[in-house]
Amino acid sequence: MPHTLAEKILIAHSEVEDLAPGDIVQVRCDLVLANDVSGPVAFTAMERMGADRVFDPDKVVMVADHFMPAKDVRSAELQQRLREWSHRQGVHFFDQGRGGIEHAVLIEEGFVVPGMVIAGGDSHTCTYGAVGAFGTGLGSTDIACCLALGEFWQSVPGTIRVELEGRPAPFVTGKDVILAVLSQIGVAGGTGKVLEFSGPGAASLTMDERRAAANMAVEAGAETGLFPADEVTAAYLDGRAGRAWEVLRSDPDAELAGRLGVDLGGLEPLVARPPSPGNVAPVAEAAGRPVHQVYIGNCANGTITDLRQAAAVMKGRKVQRGTRMIVVPSSQRVYRQALREGLLEIFLDAGAVVSTPTCGACFGGHMGILAPGEVAVATTNRNFTGRMGSDRAEVYLANAWVAAAAAVAGEIVDPAAVVGEGSP
Amino acid sequence: MILDGTAVVIDADDVNTDLLYPGPYLNIDDPEQMKHHLFDGLDPSLRGELTGDTVLVVGENFGGGSSREHVVLAMKAWGVRAVVGRSFARIFSRNGINLGLPVITCPEAVAAARPGSAIRIAAERGLVEVDARRFQVPPLPPFVLDMVRRGGLVPWVRARLAERG
Repeated sequence: MPHTLAEKILIAHSEVEDLAPGDIVQVRCDLVLANDVSGPVAFTAMERMGADRVFDPDKVVMVADHFMPAKDVRSAELQQRLREWSHRQGVHFFDQGRGGIEHAVLIEEGFVVPGMVIAGGDSHTCTYGAVGAFGTGLGSTDIACCLALGEFWQSVPGTIRVELEGRPAPFVTGKDVILAVLSQIGVAGGTGKVLEFSGPGAASLTMDERRAAANMAVEAGAETGLFPADEVTAAYLDGRAGRAWEVLRSDPDAELAGRLGVDLGGLEPLVARPPSPGNVAPVAEAAGRPVHQVYIGNCANGTITDLRQAAAVMKGRKVQRGTRMIVVPSSQRVYRQALREGLLEIFLDAGAVVSTPTCGACFGGHMGILAPGEVAVATTNRNFTGRMGSDRAEVYLANAWVAAAAAVAGEIVDPAAVVGEGSP
Repeated sequence: MILDGTAVVIDADDVNTDLLYPGPYLNIDDPEQMKHHLFDGLDPSLRGELTGDTVLVVGENFGGGSSREHVVLAMKAWGVRAVVGRSFARIFSRNGINLGLPVITCPEAVAAARPGSAIRIAAERGLVEVDARRFQVPPLPPFVLDMVRRGGLVPWVRARLAERG
């Protein structure tokens, strides 16, 4: 029987010989991930399950990233618990100064290869789909089950194929690909499904751009967003991946739950207007909106690619008076790379703040909270009411070109108007 | 398994996790403290309607966004007994089931329910009653039903570990 890529991965990680969408199966994890928010809640659940030890310490990764560096005593206590638990269990642990944002760390440090199953106590675990892995976000009790037994229950998802055609125009990135998908299927269109990005256009998206696209699969309600492994994947993993992997693809005649197309060449830079990631419009339609804060960072778009794009805009330019800019490299590795390339100096010269890697203000935690009436352009993944601070603030989601251009102009603007047509 | 309760209606679609339980309070890990922030982004006064026998009645795509289990833990801390909705986001629905909170998709029951309606749920039979009007839904899959009946994933895993010895 023909199968989709997602089905093949799940079959390889379960006891069943065959499965179909809607079946409930127990799925083995290759990696279990949690952070300073989801971890401690999971540890309590694990204790109540009567499990003393994790199923396999080498397959467990803990990352302090949400309220890191500790925002207050409560946050410090959570990180303390995460740290002590991790040391006691002997699992991989990325503490402050050692890692960064979880989904950046696991990919960049070579934990993730195609065909893996990764259970993460964070909804953006779907980011690992960029590498062809079935990464999926789960709550803390699910994570406790994964820590104890090394498996979780899963209703087999159908697959929506996103057929990518052409090559993106200047200032159009992986962020715009997923925003284009959201504009087509909305914030619930992927519920119970996997998005599979394929077609000839996929080859023109770098790994960093694939991460941005896969990251927001959950914004469409999807379980993960898969890029089947190809030459781009192989080049990225060369010298990085800690284990062998093989190429898996959907069978050509596999049954799909849906199909849609994105013409990369026809895309223009997009924004998601508040208060929904599904509220997508061309940047031109939001142009002129005054902007108080620009936030470049998070698990979707704090990559070195994003920082290079932002620096290309900011070089020799200043953040507009009345506007603030925060740059958050998504990992220590990206931070160091940006330092080496001189990007951080460009941001400082422009009048931006450069932050340590952290989930920070993306989820309204700390380090860049918005006041009532303020408008932000952020390369993050959620613009819900109150997401980055006041429930009377507004967040527009966009790629790093658009975000940086807004910092220069002090309002939403087509980046071509700031940088010049076609210059990247 | 029959469950009775009183409807508290959240008459909106796409009510996301950040509205249900905002990010700044994610550094709380005790459900008794979490509960004071449930619905903070939506309407904190809704908490006053949770009288210990509540069945929440909700719209489309309820609980989308974050994986934060704080939402369900806070609901449980207020004694919420079940959630009946037009449709649910996946992680919210999993979190509910895992914590023994039945999450039932039944648009017809939502349409019929008013604040204060008497709701009865017979999960095995796929029956939802709203003020004695009966609606049929597909029964929960056996695995899910088994877990909800045991009280959630914690007792389920405890039983699995005991079997292993």
